[in-house]
Amino acid sequence: MQLKRSLLCTLLGATLACSTLSSLPALAGKTDDTLNVAFSAEPEALDTYKIAGREGLILARHLYDGLLYKDLDTGEFKPALAESWEFTDPLTIELKLRQGVKFHNGASFSADDVLTTLNTVIKPDYGTRYQISVDWIERVEKINDYSVRIHMAKPFAGAVEMLADALPIYPRAYFSENGSAGMAAMPIGTGPYQLMEQTPGVRYVLERFDDHYADSPKGRPSIKRIVARTIPEMNTQYAELMSGSLDWSWRIPPDQAKKLERRVTIVNAPIMRIAYVNFAKAAQDGAYAISDARVRKAIIHAVNREQIAKVFGGDASEVLNSACNPAQFGCEQDVTRYEYDPAQAKALLQDAGLGDGFDMDMTFAAMPRPVAEAVAADLAKVGIRVNLNENQYAAAVQKWREGSVPALFSNWGSYGIGDVVFIDSNFFGGGADDQSADPEVAALLQLADTSNDRAVRKANYSLALKKIADEAYWMPMYNFNINYGLSDDLNFTPHPDEFARWWLASWK
Amino acid sequence: MLRFLLRRLLVALLVALAVSSISFSLAYLSGDPAIAIAGSGGSAQDAELVRQLYGFDRPIFVQYADWIFQALQGNLGTSYYFSMPVSQIIGERIPVTLILGTASFAVALLVALPLGILAALKPNGLLDRIALLIAVSGQAVPSFWLGLILIVIFGVWLNLVPISGADSWSGFILPVVVLSYYALPALMRLMRASMIDVLQANYVRTARSKGLGMPTVILRHALRNAVLPLVSVAAVQLGILLSGSIVIESVFALNGLGRLAWESLLRSDLAVVQGIILILSLVYVMLTTLADLINAWLDPRIREA
Repeated sequence: MQLKRSLLCTLLGATLACSTLSSLPALAGKTDDTLNVAFSAEPEALDTYKIAGREGLILARHLYDGLLYKDLDTGEFKPALAESWEFTDPLTIELKLRQGVKFHNGASFSADDVLTTLNTVIKPDYGTRYQISVDWIERVEKINDYSVRIHMAKPFAGAVEMLADALPIYPRAYFSENGSAGMAAMPIGTGPYQLMEQTPGVRYVLERFDDHYADSPKGRPSIKRIVARTIPEMNTQYAELMSGSLDWSWRIPPDQAKKLERRVTIVNAPIMRIAYVNFAKAAQDGAYAISDARVRKAIIHAVNREQIAKVFGGDASEVLNSACNPAQFGCEQDVTRYEYDPAQAKALLQDAGLGDGFDMDMTFAAMPRPVAEAVAADLAKVGIRVNLNENQYAAAVQKWREGSVPALFSNWGSYGIGDVVFIDSNFFGGGADDQSADPEVAALLQLADTSNDRAVRKANYSLALKKIADEAYWMPMYNFNINYGLSDDLNFTPHPDEFARWWLASWK
Repeated sequence: MLRFLLRRLLVALLVALAVSSISFSLAYLSGDPAIAIAGSGGSAQDAELVRQLYGFDRPIFVQYADWIFQALQGNLGTSYYFSMPVSQIIGERIPVTLILGTASFAVALLVALPLGILAALKPNGLLDRIALLIAVSGQAVPSFWLGLILIVIFGVWLNLVPISGADSWSGFILPVVVLSYYALPALMRLMRASMIDVLQANYVRTARSKGLGMPTVILRHALRNAVLPLVSVAAVQLGILLSGSIVIESVFALNGLGRLAWESLLRSDLAVVQGIILILSLVYVMLTTLADLINAWLDPRIREA
């Protein structure tokens, strides 16, 4: 009886031990050629045209290809699904398509796929998330099986940028039959990876697509398998990085990155996103104190942006003077600069009749509270008593568009694209976000946004940005940079557009 | 009993309806959903298109009436974020929440009941002091901190369990420990207090004087009465464990309903928020109704009241 019991105990113990061991997390990647990556936010449904978040877009760029591709290292546009392209007139682009390209479901790529995809996603009822990406296309016409003509609805300087991987091509038959929901349920593209399984928002398994076309500018991926998971808590991601069950993590705050440096590889890289404080000069019929240019200038002089950028943005962050990211085409740097000078700020306030200071509401969204508090603390030193309101992004933008807040502190990513066309017209082009309402600036931006001549564009952006700085419509703060946490076995190069290119990653 | 049951079910339905209408209105307070859906790079034009496509330009009560009408037909709508039916998303996430919630509840109950009874037998004795220490620690230690500490010890240092995810049953070990520890103190302290009261009752003294042993007195006479207040609290605790494990789900990347609700609220995925709130409020109401029924079954005075 005693023997029987001890045998049972031994068996039970062994079973428990074995089951525990068998359920241990798989060690990260190099041994089984699997890149384990983590996001803290859930990726959206994998129909690129419906995605606003970077996580979903990153996965989508591994699954789909665009007609063109931009090499960010050289700034050069390269052939992708289109072998060549040409503006036959300012509103027409002709593209010669590549032959022999296969979709993940085995279908062959041709002009019909381009027609079906683009002619579908430009319709308003499709609900493409960013209208700026498609509203310049009037229609797409088939010339023959491997040539198409894009008729533009309006001149748009960002057209080629958009064709470069931002507008992926879907397989005609599958997309016509299943629509956006079908692409979300089972994304099928021509990309270097194909989706093997997904639990939407939770886990995605991608495998190298062996029939990916030979001359793809993305190249043949080195790593066979990618497993992307959502791990919302950053501390948990750090633990996984340290234990070896994770190879790639991003958006690690600077203070945490410093602590992790001793245990994992930390790579820091600048991105397009910039922080700004926008002033509603024209709102409420100019009733706000900041409607006076001297007050706006006083505010910029009063804030120690250099120190704020170093403390909160990280070592790679720099103070901005122009209303754009210096890495973007057309971002004029020779503009009026406002150095940190509290005495000058006080003098300007005195001059504006606000020598005793004044109260000002400032709403902030998508920015850490300590940064907003640092700005408010600096302003308090010159007598500007800031009432800080932290809002969800949607609520803050809603108030801004209604003109019910004099100052909005937030950030803008320009869709990760290095061109001023994707930032300044939104804030100064006369639309709902433009609370400075300067028709001269709006006209200059309109000229620059719609010209195909880079020199014309550059000259007009320059004039617009100089005027924005002269009038202090904006307080540009600093450019963001991102910390990536990597396994010591991984070669990974970050890019400023915030699109991770795992197809370029490899094991050491 | 049937009348009691019908009355409770009617109240339950009204509560669910009230919760859903209030939550629908509250969801709008976090800002214009069209702007949130258009994303941080969305222009006013994008937001306007979203507003029209998803019907946010209609009066809020019309949107709510439409949602209720669809929900009554079993259609909880489609998530704009995942382009999937809400019922399918909830169906995918609910098993994680159910396993985590019920397992944590079971563990908490299995520890709280005996510990509470033992502590009540000798108030202020050594065991009672130890139980008090456990209870105070459980209340005082934040769940996320305890979770991370356990991750470091058992996941990183000892490599015994997965750090995150619900790919295998062992992924639930640490979250269940943390969540049950969070639920334990209330149950244990209530069990102790209730048992101390009951042990001083005349019928217990009578039972002892008849010569019955302490285990028999406790199990056959005291426990049934002492457990009455615990049933109500336990139902609420189970409701909290099922609906309020957002922190635990986040720390251990379990992707259950709690975190889905939180994330959906932040991104104004209103159909998902409404669907989850409806389901969780129904679960909550059902649990409290169940607790009332159990109490009525245990104590005839309640059902006659």
